[in-house]
Amino acid sequence: MLILTCPNCGVTAEETEFHAHGEAHLTRFGPGASDDDFENYLFMRDNPKGVHFERWRHVYGCGKWFHAARDTVTLEMFGTYTAQTSTVPQDIIDKIAERRPEWHPPEGA
Amino acid sequence: MSTRIATGGRLLNKSKAVSFSFNGKQLRGYQGDTLASALLANDQMLVGRSFKYHRPRGIVAAGPEEPNALMNLGRGGQFEPNQRATTTELFDGLEAASQNHWPSLEFDVGAINTHLSRFLPAGFYYKMFIHPRPFWKHVYEPIIRHSAGLGKAPKDRDDDTYEHFHAFCDVLVIGGGVAGLEAARTAALSGAKVILLEQTAHWGGRAPVDGGSVEGKSITDHVDTLVAELAVMDNVQMRRRTMGAGVYDHGYVLGYESLKDHAPKTKGPRHRLWRIRAGHIITATGAIERPLSFAGNDIPGVMLAAAVRDYLVNFGVSVGDRTVVVTNNDDAYRTAIALVEAGLTVPAILDARVLPVDSPLMARAKELGIRVMMGHAIASVKGGKRVTSVAVCSQAGEGAALETIECDAVAMSGGWSPVVHLWSHCGGKLVWDSALASFRPDVDNAPTGADGHGFVTAAGAAAGFFGLDDILHDAHAAADGVVTTLGFKLPASATSPNAARQEESPLAPVWMMPQGANAKLREKTWLDYQNDVKVSDVRLAAQEGFVSVEHTKRYTTLGMATDQGKLSNINGLATLAGALDADIPTVGTTTFRPPYHPISLGAIGGEARGDVFQPLRRTPLHDWHDVNGAEWEPVGQWRRPYAYKRSGESTHDAVMREVANTRDKMGLLDASTLGKIIVKGPDAGKFLDMLYTKMMSSLKPGKCRYGLMCSENGFLIDDGVVARIDDDTFLCHTTTGGADRIHQHMEEWLQTEWWDFKVYVANVTEQYAQIAVVGPNARKCLEKLGGMDVSKDALGFMEWVDGELGGFKCRIYRISFSGELSYEIAVDAGLGQAFWDALMVAGNDLGVMPYGTECLHILRAEKGFIMIGDETDGTVIPQDLGLNWAISKKKEDYLGKRAQERSHMVDPTRWKLVGLETTDGSVLPDGAYAVGEGKNENDQRNMIGRVTSTYHSPTLGKGIAMGLVLHGPDRMGEVLDFPGTDGKTYSAKIVDPVFYDKEGEKQNV
Repeated sequence: MLILTCPNCGVTAEETEFHAHGEAHLTRFGPGASDDDFENYLFMRDNPKGVHFERWRHVYGCGKWFHAARDTVTLEMFGTYTAQTSTVPQDIIDKIAERRPEWHPPEGA
Repeated sequence: MSTRIATGGRLLNKSKAVSFSFNGKQLRGYQGDTLASALLANDQMLVGRSFKYHRPRGIVAAGPEEPNALMNLGRGGQFEPNQRATTTELFDGLEAASQNHWPSLEFDVGAINTHLSRFLPAGFYYKMFIHPRPFWKHVYEPIIRHSAGLGKAPKDRDDDTYEHFHAFCDVLVIGGGVAGLEAARTAALSGAKVILLEQTAHWGGRAPVDGGSVEGKSITDHVDTLVAELAVMDNVQMRRRTMGAGVYDHGYVLGYESLKDHAPKTKGPRHRLWRIRAGHIITATGAIERPLSFAGNDIPGVMLAAAVRDYLVNFGVSVGDRTVVVTNNDDAYRTAIALVEAGLTVPAILDARVLPVDSPLMARAKELGIRVMMGHAIASVKGGKRVTSVAVCSQAGEGAALETIECDAVAMSGGWSPVVHLWSHCGGKLVWDSALASFRPDVDNAPTGADGHGFVTAAGAAAGFFGLDDILHDAHAAADGVVTTLGFKLPASATSPNAARQEESPLAPVWMMPQGANAKLREKTWLDYQNDVKVSDVRLAAQEGFVSVEHTKRYTTLGMATDQGKLSNINGLATLAGALDADIPTVGTTTFRPPYHPISLGAIGGEARGDVFQPLRRTPLHDWHDVNGAEWEPVGQWRRPYAYKRSGESTHDAVMREVANTRDKMGLLDASTLGKIIVKGPDAGKFLDMLYTKMMSSLKPGKCRYGLMCSENGFLIDDGVVARIDDDTFLCHTTTGGADRIHQHMEEWLQTEWWDFKVYVANVTEQYAQIAVVGPNARKCLEKLGGMDVSKDALGFMEWVDGELGGFKCRIYRISFSGELSYEIAVDAGLGQAFWDALMVAGNDLGVMPYGTECLHILRAEKGFIMIGDETDGTVIPQDLGLNWAISKKKEDYLGKRAQERSHMVDPTRWKLVGLETTDGSVLPDGAYAVGEGKNENDQRNMIGRVTSTYHSPTLGKGIAMGLVLHGPDRMGEVLDFPGTDGKTYSAKIVDPVFYDKEGEKQNV
C-alpha cells in the first residue's frame, strides 16, 4: 500500500485515502477528430515498466485531483504535482533524471 | 512409542494439568504444551491423512512449517478447520479432531489411493478427467468434490469478534529470537521508536533449545535479561503471539495477533490485525530445517531433527525410545546428544558426509558412545502407521541395504533454509548460498520504498548467519545500519554482545538419499507431505516439459498446500534442477506471497461485519417509513421503502394498491435520496452544455429541463432534471445511486480538463428532504396547506418556484416521473418529517398514501420513462433508447458526442428500445432474451433482443415491459418468442413503449 502526498492539501496518507485514475497528460480529442486520434485518446494507454505519470484523486481527503510520478517496478515516488497542467513540471523531471539517468522525458513533457 | 519423560520441559508448568480431547478421546497434558506436544506425550503420533493418497501422517515439525498435523478445532460458533497442532497452545477443554479420512483416522478407505499411486502421477487430473466430456460435470466433479478438501467448512456464524490496530514506528523488528531481541535493543538504544513482534508465546526463539552462552551467561539468562531491559523502555512495544504476516509497499506490514486462541473463554476479540507503517523493517525470522529425501520419509515417526530436540527440551517429550538420526550437517548431532543425555537411545547417526576430521559436536557424540556412520544414508524406512526400522545404505550408491536398524523414530536434517518470506513479499531478491545450500536475502536488492531505498533488512539466521556469535553480531550491525539511515545515532556504549563460538563442519548438499536412488525408491520419497508430491512426480513433470518452476509447482501442486511449501520448497527446486540438469539458482524460486502463515478471515474483516459492515444512509424520513410498514430495498448505501405493507397484505398487493391509489387519488414519495448538485459560476451554463447531451445554457431561470449525461465513451451514465436557479446557478438532479459518482465526474472534468472554467460544484443531496406529491389530488392537497399559488398558471409543468407551504419554506419543482400531476417539494432536511406529517394530514381526506420504489417503477414504466440501470447497463447510448429528442444537434461538442459518431455506435443493427406486451397478459421474465431465426457459430439460437424492465400494470390490468430489440421500432406489432428459465416460452408483441396517457395530458393539468 503506497504512501502519497497530496500537493493540494499537503497531507501525506495511505493509498486507501486516494484513488488512482490511470495515465496522466492525455490530450482530449472531440468531434472532428480522426478515428485514430480518438481511439488513441479513449483507449490506448502506456503501461511502462518504470517511470509513469498518473492521475490520482485525494478522494477521502480534500477531494482534489493531482498527478504523481512513480516507478511502477520499484514503487519509488518521484513526486506529486498539480493536475492543472498539461506538462510535467521541470522539478519532477529533474528528480527523475537524477534517480534514473537513462530515462528520457516523454514527448511534449 | 512417544511419551512424556521425567526430565525436561522448560516451557511446561507441570503443576497445572490440562485435559483435552482428540477425536473424542479424553487426554491430558500440561499448561505450556502445544497440542502437538501433548498428543505426542500421549503416544498419538498418527494425526492425519494426506490429501491425495490418504497416507497415515504424523507430526513432522514443531512450528508453523508443520505440513501434517492439521486439526478441526472447537465446535459451533468457535469451530475452525486446518489449525496446526504445532502452533496451537493447549488449554483446558480443547477439542481437536483429525481431518481428511473416512470412516476413521485409524482405518481410512481413501488409503486405497496409495496402492493406486502408480496410476495417479503428476497432472493426473488434467490427463484423466478430460474425456468423455459429459463425465466431468456428472461423474468426475461430484466425486472429486466429495473427496477433496482438508477439514470441514464451519457451519455456524463466528461467535468471536476481531479488531484492527493501526501502529507507526521507526523500526519494526519481526521475530523475537536472539537476533530480533538484539536488533530491537540496538535500535531502541538509538532512541528510535521500536515495535517487536514474536509469533509464539515465548521470547528467545530456538536458542534456548540449541544452547550456548553469551558474555558468560547461559542463553536463557541472556534472553531473560534482554526482555526485561526492553520491557521498561518507553520507545519499545513488544507483542508476543503476533506474527508478521506480510510486508507490503512503502513499509506497510500486517501483524496478526492471537489474543485468545490459547484462552477462548476470556473476553475481548479473538484476533487483532496490526496495520503497521514502519520506517524500516528488520526481519529476524530465523530459519526452517529441511527434510531429507529418502524412501518412506513420510511414515509417522520420521521428524525433523530440531523438532525432536524441541519436543524433548521444551516439552519433556520423547518421540521414540530408539531414534536414528540422519543428516548432512552438524546441527542434527545436537539432537542425538540431547537424546542420549536424556537417557534415550540413538542406535546410529547416519551422516551422508565424508569428512577428514571430526568437529567438536561429532566428537561429543562419539564420546557418548553413539555409533556415527559417515557416508551412510537411509535406503528406506519401514513401517505403516509408525516407523519400525530403517534400511541403511551408502549415500554414494543406489540403495542396496547394508543393514537394518530397529527404531521407532527417525530424526532427519537436510540443513537449514533462512525464512526469506517477509524479505521477498515486496520484491526483495535472493541469492544462492552454496555453503548453506540455500537461498538467502541479497542485501544489494532489498525491496524499495517511496524514496527508492531498501526498507527491509534481514538479520541473524534469516540473513544466513547460524553460529550464535555471528547471529548476535549481525543483528547488532543490521540495527545499527538501519537507525543510522533513519537519522538516529547509536551511543558509543552500545556494543554487540559476544557469544562462545562453536566450530562446525560444513554441510554437504544432499537432495536425494541415496544419491543414485532408483525409480522404486523415488516413488516413495516425499517432497510435499500435505499435497502428496514425490520426487518421482517432479521428475515426471520435468520429463514432460515443465521447465519453469512456476509451471512445475502448479502441475505437481508442489508447495501449494496450506503450508505453502515451507518444508518442500528447496528440496523440490533441487529435484527439478537435478532433473533438468541445471543448477538451482538458474531454476529459481516460486513467488513468496503473504501471508507467511494462514490468518483468519475474521481478522481481515475486523470490526466491519453485521450492522457496521458499511455505513447506512438514512433519509430524514427513515424512521417514519420503518414504523409504517416499509419493506426496505437497498439502493446504494441508502435504504428506500420498496412498498408499505399493511397488515394481511402481500408485498405484491401493497404495490398494486399504491399504484392504483396514486393514479386515482394521490401518493407521497420520499425522493430525498435523489442527487442534488449545485453548479455555480459564470461558466456554469457552458460547463453543463459539455456534460449534458442537451443544451442547458439556454434554459431560463425558473425553468426545468430533463437531461442525459454520457461518459466520454458515449454511453448513458445518468439522467435527471436540471433547474436553473439564476443566471449563474443550476441545480442538477441525479439518480439516487449516481449522486456521488456524478459529483466526482463533474469535479474530474473541472479539475483535470477545463480548469479555466469559472465554476464550482457542490453536492447538496443530504441538505434537503424532497417529497413528491403525486396524483390527481396533489394540487388540492397543497392548496389545503396554503401559502402560495400552485395553480397551472402560476407554476406550470417543468417550472420551479420558491415559497412557503403551510408555514414551511420550500422549493417546489413541477416535474413528473409518473405521468401524473406532480410536485416535488424540497424543504430543509431537518424539517422533512414535520412537512411529511403536514402533507399526510392535509391529504387525509384526499386519499393520500405513501408509495415505494416498486410503485415508482411501475408508474414510470407505464409511461415509457427509462430507468438508469434497467434500460442502461453501460453499453447503451441515448440513441438506442429513442432519446434523440434529448440530444442537441446544435452543440459542437459534449462528452460522448465524438464517441457516438463511431462506426459501431451508428450501426443500424444496434438494438433499440420498444414496448413489449405479452399475448396472454402475463408478465415477461426479467432479463429474458428474444430468440430469432438460425443459430450462431456456437450452435446457440440467435438472439434478437432482451427485456430491460417488466411489471404487472394494475392500471392496464396486464403485463407490460420494455426491451431492446433488433430493428425494434420498425417491427411494431410483430410477436417475439422469449424462452424463460422456467422452461416456458413467452410470446410478446412489439408495441410503443408509452403504455399510458400517450399525450401526457394527466401531468400537464
